[in-house]
Amino acid sequence: MVRSDVQLMLGVKQGDEVSFALLLQRYRRPLCHFLNRMVRDTAQAEDLAQEVFLRVYRARRDYEPSAKFTTWLFRIATNLALNALRDGRHRQAEISLDAPAEGEDGSEMTLDVPDGEPVVEQQLVALERVAVVRRAIHALPEKQRAAVLLHKYQELDYEEIARILGCSVSALKSLLFRAYETLRVELAPLVAPEGSGPSPGGNLEGKQP
Amino acid sequence: MKCEQIEAQLIAYLDGRVSVRERREVEQHLAGCEECRERVAGFRGVWRVLEETPAQEPSAWFDARLRQRIAAEPAPGIWTRVAGWLPQPRLALASLALIAVGFWAAAVTRPQMQVPASSPAVMSEDQNFRMIKNMQVLENYDVLKDLSAPSGIQGD
Repeated sequence: MVRSDVQLMLGVKQGDEVSFALLLQRYRRPLCHFLNRMVRDTAQAEDLAQEVFLRVYRARRDYEPSAKFTTWLFRIATNLALNALRDGRHRQAEISLDAPAEGEDGSEMTLDVPDGEPVVEQQLVALERVAVVRRAIHALPEKQRAAVLLHKYQELDYEEIARILGCSVSALKSLLFRAYETLRVELAPLVAPEGSGPSPGGNLEGKQP
Repeated sequence: MKCEQIEAQLIAYLDGRVSVRERREVEQHLAGCEECRERVAGFRGVWRVLEETPAQEPSAWFDARLRQRIAAEPAPGIWTRVAGWLPQPRLALASLALIAVGFWAAAVTRPQMQVPASSPAVMSEDQNFRMIKNMQVLENYDVLKDLSAPSGIQGD
């Protein structure tokens, strides 16, 4: 039977290393993804993700299963990310569309493309799309960004996200509404139906290969 | 229903997390509002685009580095550990108080338990030597004469 997060965390509290390893296995990827989108720096995101686990480990003895484990976990992660952004220690590197093969952080180099096809153009277009999406997310105000990431990528429910961000559910809904309104404009060129070119004012002013 | 009113419900509507009544209200508004229909289509499109961006994979050394950082954590002190075994902090405190009272009571009521200065464990070498000298068997060499000598070393 799959043990729940709370059961695993109670195991960690009792000093069970296997439980900790299982939680790590379960949340390392979503945490890295969330933090990378928040701070836009792979190395720093990993560092922060480790810091999250370290804090969970440090707090293990005082753990009480009063809230959902993910609420606690992403609350720590969100606070760390917001602090890191405020401290301005993150790299504000702009993605260069001249060198898309390097990706934004070297992490998105593997694209699913069939072998043996002339894929360079395809690949560039795909990388460009990814870069545009990341830029648009990063351009959102921090709280809106966190709300979108927790809503769309972590698929947490409204109550949980509101608790993580320290706001009411109705405030969260309007936060999400505003964020998606912005993204709707910014990502319009990517959303546009097939065949129609990028609309003016869109973000796809990159070079054509 | 006006557009501003629908804004509050639109995200929940798209997530399918509205009541039947709310859904009906939103759909009624959408039927008569071109702008909001466009917005809904736009949001759906944005969600599709967001979902297609790949997630970041943690590096291969993520766990190893974390393990290193955990190993570098200062070990909890003995009292923290004792407190950790006990189910409640209040109980831990009470136990510690009880132990302290116990020590105090022992010290006050049983002063004769103190270790004497000349206990065997702390005997000096000199004292050791004197004790051996006083042993009868070593002074009475005649006892040794009575023993038959081993055959190998007898006579030459």
